[in-house]
Amino acid sequence: MLLTGAEIVVKELVANGADVVFGYPGGSVLNIYDELYKYSDKIRHYLTCHEQGACHAADGYARVTGRTGVVIATSGPGATNLVTGIANAYLDSTPLVAITGNVATNMLGRDSFQEVDITGITMPITKHNFLVKDPTKLAETMREAFRIAQSGRPGPVLVDIPKDVQTARVEYDESAPRPACRPHDAICPDAVRRAAELICAAKRPYIYCGGGVIKADAAGELIAFAEKIDAPVGLSIMGLTAVPYEHPRFLGMVGMHGRFAATKALYDSDLVVAIGVRFSDRATGNKAEFMQGRKFLHIDIDAAEIGKNIGATDCILGDVKAALKKLIEALPTLRHPEWNAHIKSLKEHPDNSIDMDPQRLTPQSVIEGACRRHGDGIVATDVGQHQMWVTQYYQFKKPRTLVTSGGLGTMGFGMGAAIGSCIGTGGKRTVLFTSDGSFHMNLNELATAVTNNLPLVVIVLNNQVLGMVRQWQSLFFGGRYSNTTLERKTDYVRLAEAFGAKGYRALTNEEYEKALDKAFSSDGPVVIDCVIDRDERVLPMIPPGGGIGDIILR
Amino acid sequence: MGNEQFVVSLLVANHAGVLTRVSSLFSRRAFNIDSLTVGETENPELSRMTIVSWGDDYMKDQIVKQLQKLQDVKKVQLMKKEKTILRELLMIKIAIDKEQLPEVKEAVATYRASIVDLSPEAITIEITGETPKLNAFVDYMRQYKIIEMTRTGPTAMGRGMYCLEND
Repeated sequence: MLLTGAEIVVKELVANGADVVFGYPGGSVLNIYDELYKYSDKIRHYLTCHEQGACHAADGYARVTGRTGVVIATSGPGATNLVTGIANAYLDSTPLVAITGNVATNMLGRDSFQEVDITGITMPITKHNFLVKDPTKLAETMREAFRIAQSGRPGPVLVDIPKDVQTARVEYDESAPRPACRPHDAICPDAVRRAAELICAAKRPYIYCGGGVIKADAAGELIAFAEKIDAPVGLSIMGLTAVPYEHPRFLGMVGMHGRFAATKALYDSDLVVAIGVRFSDRATGNKAEFMQGRKFLHIDIDAAEIGKNIGATDCILGDVKAALKKLIEALPTLRHPEWNAHIKSLKEHPDNSIDMDPQRLTPQSVIEGACRRHGDGIVATDVGQHQMWVTQYYQFKKPRTLVTSGGLGTMGFGMGAAIGSCIGTGGKRTVLFTSDGSFHMNLNELATAVTNNLPLVVIVLNNQVLGMVRQWQSLFFGGRYSNTTLERKTDYVRLAEAFGAKGYRALTNEEYEKALDKAFSSDGPVVIDCVIDRDERVLPMIPPGGGIGDIILR
Repeated sequence: MGNEQFVVSLLVANHAGVLTRVSSLFSRRAFNIDSLTVGETENPELSRMTIVSWGDDYMKDQIVKQLQKLQDVKKVQLMKKEKTILRELLMIKIAIDKEQLPEVKEAVATYRASIVDLSPEAITIEITGETPKLNAFVDYMRQYKIIEMTRTGPTAMGRGMYCLEND
């Protein structure tokens, strides 16, 4: 049948299972939006306040659902506003399809109104991108975009569609074959055998679990593997939620702001089985020290990660779920009583404890209070101290319940991400931990949450400063607080009310508990302003490039 | 882990933007690049690239793996030195006077180069070969006034059945 390019785009969205999209209309995507109007029974479009918010929403949606997030923006500024969101998805390997309009093909390259070379701009931050100049290639390009976003190590793909390609009428074959995702469950038996030998030879095995485990939906296999080889599990920020906080194998996050026991146990191990991790510098610190005295077995779907940051003794390449299944089959049940007694002593060590001052409203009590009420609901964060406190204190119970910007560290990620996560769960209550710094970056999206009456609990850890930068300034810059003291007079309660949300302020634990009571019985978005001390620190901390010997505990 | 020069051959999709994708990968990953050549193959859908780079084993490994991740890259091969033919084309234009012409012609013959243009003021010579031979030729020509020169960078192909196949 003969269809316009715009209709083909929308038909392909439907065919690829994208029943929810986020975006912002504009001159170069009017035709696509006209089709969205017609197809509104099949695709629900969420309008945000800013394209960045839409992109983060699509990212959050993808993280909680495991499906591909879709964002649509117009040419020029619409497209450039997606850039941070796309980079964020790229660094955290989120499957995302970004669709941008562009000026007509005969206007390209002439600095036309709202023209920007978005494929050039996003080349280093996408898995792949397309500028579709030939309308007959549009359908196949859309299919490829979804295939690439989902296959192997997921990531963002951008499709830039000039206006005349959207209006052109071309033949469209709905039943044309869809390219299948490349299979990755083929695991080399020899690699499994060698890995099993390495594991059997280890006396102090340690599992380092990353976001790849979440992406592969392999949390169950990971825990079974840990039980089989009798090893504790430390996690990267992206790996958090793979093992429940209360699980005996759980040690917590590894690295710069990791839990003491998680990092110390890694340094005491003789074999690290690294699964779906890329060894970020935030996790490894001093690489030489990190590597010295232990072997590394690296399991990942991305061959380029093997040996990129840490030299692996051996590896298994492929889908981590499939690899773990094979490994579990190949391995005998192993027991390491001495090693696990040591792990237990590390977990009970005073340096691993979380101090809580019940008299004051502290980051710990704020997170604990929300955690107690929220159960296994979705938690989103922004970036900074509050984010690290969440990774340390929040007791996650289920995979895919933490939505946080790990690789790019995007302040302003939280509002969009929380909205997308909430929509992804079909409108279940979502808690966003943010801070006065991060919240001010994209708080406009409160309007989106209100419009859609989303049950969002926005908890602002308000310390009147850019806390993480301030912490570095106090540790490494002689307390010279250059531009980190926020002399803002924002009234978060009235701000929330102005947007049509509810707002509460808490100076004490009692006020906070009352605010939570109201927030957790409310339908729409609620903002809770939690006033905390400006010199609360994120500890422990291993300074950048440091090792376990450099850990700052108090 | 010492640094050494190596050659990577690629089969890539023959469409716009592929060269940018490959070269931008080299710059953003801080990979070294000495030269890059690209041209069509017998299959109009594919182009073949020859990249000359240098670095240690880590760099070699990462260059191959990161190139393999690009959607438009169909095949990447680190060329085995002893099984690879490398050729580069160089054109050099020299200002000469009539008296110098016989000795320049002698050099051209010795190096198996050829004269491709001759005017009263200048002579243009083309030479093909491996990079060291071309370097030697340029060095020899420095005794004359070099007006301009251009070289393509090496292109590579395996000997015998050592091929870069698209699979």
